[in-house]
Amino acid sequence: MDSLFSSGDLSAIWLTVKLASLVTLILLVIGTPLAWWLARTRSVFKSAVGAVVALPIVLPPTVIGFYLLLSMGPNGPLGQLTQSLGIGLLPFTFSGLVVASIVYSLPFVVQPLQNAFENIPERTLETAATLRASPLDTFFSVALPLARPGYLTALVLGFAHTVGEFGVVLMIGGNIPQQTRVVSIQIYDHVEAMDYAGAHGLSAAMLVFAFLVLLALYTLNPSGKKK
Amino acid sequence: MLQANKYGHVHVRPLKSAYSCGSSGGNVVDDLSMRCSGRWLLIRLLAFIVVLFLALPALAGEKIIVAAASDLKFAMDEVVVLFKTAHPGDTVETVYGSSGKFYAQLQQGAPYDLFFSADIAYPRALKEAGLAASDVHAYGLGRLVLWRAGGASGPVRLADLADPAITRIAIANPRHAPYGKRAEEALKASGVWEKVEPRLVFGENVAQTAQFVQTGNAQVGLIALSLALSPELAQHGSYTLIPETLHQPLEQGFVITRRAADNPLAQHFANFVQSKEARAILLRYGFAPPTK
Repeated sequence: MDSLFSSGDLSAIWLTVKLASLVTLILLVIGTPLAWWLARTRSVFKSAVGAVVALPIVLPPTVIGFYLLLSMGPNGPLGQLTQSLGIGLLPFTFSGLVVASIVYSLPFVVQPLQNAFENIPERTLETAATLRASPLDTFFSVALPLARPGYLTALVLGFAHTVGEFGVVLMIGGNIPQQTRVVSIQIYDHVEAMDYAGAHGLSAAMLVFAFLVLLALYTLNPSGKKK
Repeated sequence: MLQANKYGHVHVRPLKSAYSCGSSGGNVVDDLSMRCSGRWLLIRLLAFIVVLFLALPALAGEKIIVAAASDLKFAMDEVVVLFKTAHPGDTVETVYGSSGKFYAQLQQGAPYDLFFSADIAYPRALKEAGLAASDVHAYGLGRLVLWRAGGASGPVRLADLADPAITRIAIANPRHAPYGKRAEEALKASGVWEKVEPRLVFGENVAQTAQFVQTGNAQVGLIALSLALSPELAQHGSYTLIPETLHQPLEQGFVITRRAADNPLAQHFANFVQSKEARAILLRYGFAPPTK
């Protein structure tokens, strides 16, 4: 192990795992009501909100990174908010990466949840209601268990997509050890400094990780509809 | 990811119906003229555009791609504009980035015809590896400056950076960007490295380092004089020179790469960079003439 990864590599791996776990957790919490609303609403704003949620799939990471850098900076609206709250500025901090990754990975958590919620028949929920289950009770005892495969997909994709983040971090991270130097950045630095051995070690680890994650996803959660 | 597939289908469908158009049974001539003439026109138009794009490079004259260190960003743009007035039919593309990255890319066969490095050691190493088609030429000496956005107030000397009120100090990545290496040397030589290190942020190259300061996300940065003198940055901040005695010289050098050995335009451009007109531009951007 010691020969394969330097201490810098290990700290980058730990930082990446910490970032991805935290971001996935936060996204599952804020993604659930958002996905539920998107799945159930008949509001005229449904399409617009859905489109905004899906934006990070289409936008280049540079666009997200650029706007985040400006808005989180001292003259940006987010930056002025965080400064007045006494948090300071977000760029070049771990918190800044968390905020950026939440934006960046949002659709990868919300869309699987939305799909899962949409697949629950209205009737099932109505039946629960006739049995005098409160809406909240219905959600937790009926909808949530039925949406379990969706949660598994959301969890895996949210985590994996955050691990795979590079462009946004490059633009707002500032490459600080133990703060913002995640695995993808560490690999980039290895390559630029022509430390190909270091780049190989981390890249191979990422390759194996990505494969195992997707293998787990497809094994545990086979696409039910195609039977 | 799952829904992204849906977007793919949207594009596939119209194409399929365009193909089925010609092969439908019955009166083919009628089909073509009535229902399909619009589609055929579209296909012809697309084919024309494709041919046009394929033919365009052939119509143009010679072409070179120049890989240049990011400290040359603005100076090289001017040099290229001037060069093009004398070579109107030819194309000069420029790519800016960190010198270390270009060196690594060139070793792997990157399609750059000339390589301008902020550290002459990189083109020299390229030459030694047999990947160069010319001698290594020095084209100037770079200078490191302490740059701050906004008004004149703020730190002027490296020693001032020990002040804890400065929370973010930007330098280029010392692992592969020459200005980053020199910045680290200068900070160590002036005895503030230990105090400064926890507050450092690293730009991927010296241009991104300047951008960190320009956006206000770092209060000061150690950047290239050539960038501080550029119109884009000059109006947004002020700089002080860092004494050259504090670091190894930033000797800039270029080389023609092996792939351009038979490209006369590469040689013309190399000659032009060493001409009086080009030297004047480089001097204006703060590159002192090479020592030799």
